[in-house]
Amino acid sequence: MELLKVTGLRAAYGHTRVLHGIDFAMDKGAITALLGANGAGKTTTLRALCAMVKTQGEIHLDGERIDGRATEDIVRHGVAHVPDGRGTFLNLSTEENLWLGAYTRKDRGAVQADLERVYGYFPRLRERRRQQAGTLSGGEQQMLAISRALMLSPKLMLLDEPSFGLAPLLVRDLFEILRRIYRQEQVSLLLVEQNAAMALELADSAYLIETGRVVLAGTSADLKRDDSVRRAYLGY
Amino acid sequence: MDAFLHQVLAGLATGGIYASLALALVMIYQATHHVNFAQGEMAMFTTYIAWSLINAGVPYWWAFLLTVVVAFAFGILVERIVIRPIQHAPVLAVVVVFIALLVILNSVTGWIYSYTIKSFPSPFPAERPFGFKYMSSHELGAIGITLAVLLLLYAFFRFTPLGLAMRAAAQNAESARLVGIRVGWMLALGWGLAAAIGAVAGMMVAPIVYLDPNMMGGVLLYAFAAALVGGIDNPWGAVFGGFLVGVLENVLGAFVIGNELKLSVALVLIIGVLLVRPSGFFGSVHVTRV
Amino acid sequence: MTKKTLLIVVLLLAACALPFLVSNYRTFQFTLVLIYAIALLGLNILTGYNGQVSLGHGAFYAIGAYVAAVLMDKAGVPYWATLPAAGAVCLLAGFLFGLPALRLEGLYLALATFALGVSLPQLLKYKALEPWTGGVQGIVIPKPEAPAFFADAGLPLNPDQWLYFFTLAITLLMFLLGWNLLRGRVGRALVAIRDHHIAAQAMGVNNALYKSLAFGVSAMYTGIAGALGAIAVQFVAPDSFNIFLSILLLVGIVIGGLASISGALYGALFIQFVPNIADEVSKAAPWAIFGIFMIVSVYLMPTGVAGALRLLLARSRQWGQNKRTSKEELAP
Repeated sequence: MELLKVTGLRAAYGHTRVLHGIDFAMDKGAITALLGANGAGKTTTLRALCAMVKTQGEIHLDGERIDGRATEDIVRHGVAHVPDGRGTFLNLSTEENLWLGAYTRKDRGAVQADLERVYGYFPRLRERRRQQAGTLSGGEQQMLAISRALMLSPKLMLLDEPSFGLAPLLVRDLFEILRRIYRQEQVSLLLVEQNAAMALELADSAYLIETGRVVLAGTSADLKRDDSVRRAYLGY
Repeated sequence: MDAFLHQVLAGLATGGIYASLALALVMIYQATHHVNFAQGEMAMFTTYIAWSLINAGVPYWWAFLLTVVVAFAFGILVERIVIRPIQHAPVLAVVVVFIALLVILNSVTGWIYSYTIKSFPSPFPAERPFGFKYMSSHELGAIGITLAVLLLLYAFFRFTPLGLAMRAAAQNAESARLVGIRVGWMLALGWGLAAAIGAVAGMMVAPIVYLDPNMMGGVLLYAFAAALVGGIDNPWGAVFGGFLVGVLENVLGAFVIGNELKLSVALVLIIGVLLVRPSGFFGSVHVTRV
Repeated sequence: MTKKTLLIVVLLLAACALPFLVSNYRTFQFTLVLIYAIALLGLNILTGYNGQVSLGHGAFYAIGAYVAAVLMDKAGVPYWATLPAAGAVCLLAGFLFGLPALRLEGLYLALATFALGVSLPQLLKYKALEPWTGGVQGIVIPKPEAPAFFADAGLPLNPDQWLYFFTLAITLLMFLLGWNLLRGRVGRALVAIRDHHIAAQAMGVNNALYKSLAFGVSAMYTGIAGALGAIAVQFVAPDSFNIFLSILLLVGIVIGGLASISGALYGALFIQFVPNIADEVSKAAPWAIFGIFMIVSVYLMPTGVAGALRLLLARSRQWGQNKRTSKEELAP
């Protein structure tokens, strides 16, 4: 069942065109990775999905067309974006950040249950629930950002460079938890990562983006075997 | 000693009014980084609406409530119609629009109500409370109303989901959108609340300075001073600053520089804070990357 | 001779003929227009060209006015000699104010100057200065007479006419000076600082010096205008120099056209004559109109009247050219 279909996505920052026509698709219950070097347009693709940048082209989410809508509306269709830089509300407490994730939901009881579950994935957050979010470490803020996205009870979670700035051990733990979340929450993940090796371990399928275009697509296994990918992005 | 105490207490009463207006200024600044030069005139205009209601026979507290509601709606309207188009315009354009708003409100009020000074009733009795000789009932009442408003606001922002959403939108608009908050409407709501607070401030100050289209000019200046002293992006600072400025104004005016020069206290405070410590007592220090 | 120079000469001739064609009162009104034009050029140098927002320029106008009044009233200085004095005092005052202003960016400078503008009347009423400033009542000064030489030469001028020509001469001088200043290196430096102050600094422009000088020169212009204003109105009092004077000057440059010399003239005409017409409707009407025009200006006509005219001229020239080329194309 197709969850996300993107056709001919073009995006620009002011007069600088960054995406020149991206096409890709995702099924329900899949984990897909967008790989590529710095500046290839991966982050811009995620931002384009959430209308955080001016776009042209078509985006279909679960059968409905969402391009041209405002960010706040797209979010209400079940898209949770974990932005690069975490996007934490630094002056609010950890728990207030989490409650904000559930802002659009009406089912108070289920939200409370979700909060407990999220603390289950990241016990460190429960310890720091009343602490100001700005005082959390980089790793903790990343956990907070992912948790906030989960609180939306999303169909699709967009993760922008979750490994950024984290120590390798932390990255490993984080990806473990992402795998757990994927299995238990039945949420589809679209992952943007510079760390291609870790991304390909987690994802089923991947797209390679270079200078605003998709240049390679396939299953993770396919990409891992591809010579050019191996040399350029996997380092061997 | 007697006189000093009297000045301090009277200063706290006017300080509460400055604190309210300063809070309105800070609320708008936090969310938009704009200084609402027209905040005083908005408060004045809505106070005239209260006067009209009272004159038409509406009992005071109903008029009070109705005015607050009308002011709230008015604030939202101004934000959506006048302010939204120039949100990202250069500083001069924004300043010009705010000054234009100031001027239009001032002149329209003068047009409709004429420039003759009117008296505005106080809801509090004329006799001094419990024979307390240092404060009039109105002054005590004004402090009470101010504190009640501040408490209500605090509770709203701290304990309600909407208040949380507004705080989030003011701090980080992009992240707020990512959790589904309609940031545009949060700004409008902020303006509505600021206008409502201003209306309360206007209704509390009018019995003291008498109702006249130019009554809020000085008050606005004191509110600016208060907001800057407290830290232009810190609501608690605004409240603290308000009471401090009120007391300073009265004490300096009565004992040091004379009552005719009271406004220069505000001027000196504003320029002093901007030059020496722009972040005030409690504001955050901004470092701009080159 | 270019079209532009021809236009200026025609305007000058018309300006010189004016006092003989209209009533004394009208002449007086046009004198005020010229005075406003000088003040607006001053504010424009600071805010339009250099990007420093001042909501308190009425203060410099007031200082100039009081210098003139005090010198004439207390020291018997002839009216024409008060102008350089007012200019010098305001040049210094503006420069001194510009030094701390260096630390204030856009919005905060607007706030600080706004505070100055609001508290100005109170400062002018300061009791200790009363023996000089005349306190709340202010100072009355006599109207200057035309020099005898004109009557002797067979061209008698009444005081209003003389004042008009005197002001016209000063206006021409100030505008010429300003035009020369702004079209050269100084003007470019001011604009560079306004648009990209870091790049300007990196290219060797001494930001601090230029910004403070801009303040000084701007204050000098407005101060001279203030002195002329005092002489024309024959009266200075604290309450005429309230925040609305500063706002009036802002209205003038916004509607006339920012960063434009001719804009100062259009703006002056606007702020002088709109109240005359609108006053019929209500005392409050002029300001409502000013406010609406300011907002309209920002949304629809950000370059003011001067800019709009320039655009119209360019469009009509383009249209004329298109017509010519299409005619040529049709010819065999």
